[in-house]
Amino acid sequence: MLRLALLGALVVAAVGAVADIAPKDRRSGFEFMSPQTQAMQSDETSNPGMLWVADGERLWGESRGSAGKSCASCHDDAVDSMRGVAARYPAFDEETKRPIDLMSRIDQCRAKRQGAPSLTQQSDELLALTAYVAYQSRNMPIAPPDDPRLQPFRDNGRDWFNRRLGQLQLSCASCHDERWGARLGGSVIPQGHPTGYPLYRLEWQTVGSLQRRLRGCLVGVRAQPFDFGAPEFVDIELFLMERARGLPMETPAVRP
Amino acid sequence: MIRALVNVPKTARRGEIIEVRAMIQHVMETGYREGPNGVTIPRNIINRFVCKYAGEEIFSAELFPAISANPYMAFSTVATGSGTLTFEWTDDQGETQSTSAEITVT
Repeated sequence: MLRLALLGALVVAAVGAVADIAPKDRRSGFEFMSPQTQAMQSDETSNPGMLWVADGERLWGESRGSAGKSCASCHDDAVDSMRGVAARYPAFDEETKRPIDLMSRIDQCRAKRQGAPSLTQQSDELLALTAYVAYQSRNMPIAPPDDPRLQPFRDNGRDWFNRRLGQLQLSCASCHDERWGARLGGSVIPQGHPTGYPLYRLEWQTVGSLQRRLRGCLVGVRAQPFDFGAPEFVDIELFLMERARGLPMETPAVRP
Repeated sequence: MIRALVNVPKTARRGEIIEVRAMIQHVMETGYREGPNGVTIPRNIINRFVCKYAGEEIFSAELFPAISANPYMAFSTVATGSGTLTFEWTDDQGETQSTSAEITVT
């Protein structure tokens, strides 16, 4: 028992010593994929995520809600007005005094300005709109805002990232900081950068959000996942975007 | 409302071999899965895809439950003349979705 405890202490010490991934070693999950899956993402005519982007483009121009306005009524052409926006999210929301992610911002805008009913987090409509907005930042470097009000939330996200969770007692960092490039079962462990969300995951056979992916990982370590829209998810996303600073946006990415 | 992406070169020289690509959003429900209530989700897949070039069928395919959601197909044909390529997908519920693309052959 004492030996076990000592071993445990050693493991914890070793884990504590591992530093963050240096900027020059940061690599998108794209680089860990097979050439076939990479080709599927790179060619917009074969990337299934483009179906959602096309859908989002259509929704952008459609009137919704009691105000009789579409997204385009205020924001005009998304190609100009939404360029680079997704690369800067999550941003600080003045109203709730908390960070807000892109998906919730779109839904908030919809409820407040269009007078339309709120969409559920995983609805195709919200995913399509978010994918279309994020697509306008494709290939632009991730550039989180320097807003000091975001820092406490980002630190909270970092704590969650480093916290051991679930029955398997693994943190995000256990795999994505310390063991990236190694294998978990048959698949290569990526660094866990949120460069391409919402993305088309072959396993899902559809487009999904970062929160859906995070929930998958939480279930994987046998922890109780947060609900969709939980503030913890936004804090974690805030930290992940800082961690991926400078990597190009890939929305809509394709992942195995 | 159709959610499909087709890709046909806008222009081609007569006799040139061109690549045609078509992808449609569809769940391709296999009929082998159970819903949360334990009841089998009925099969609903696209079972037939047809492409016509100036009214003439140039490519068709039968699809089966092992094919993934949002099926993507790419094939080649010879650019014989300017005209319209039409694409038709028919699923198990008998619903046919179609779209088209123009090509100018010089």
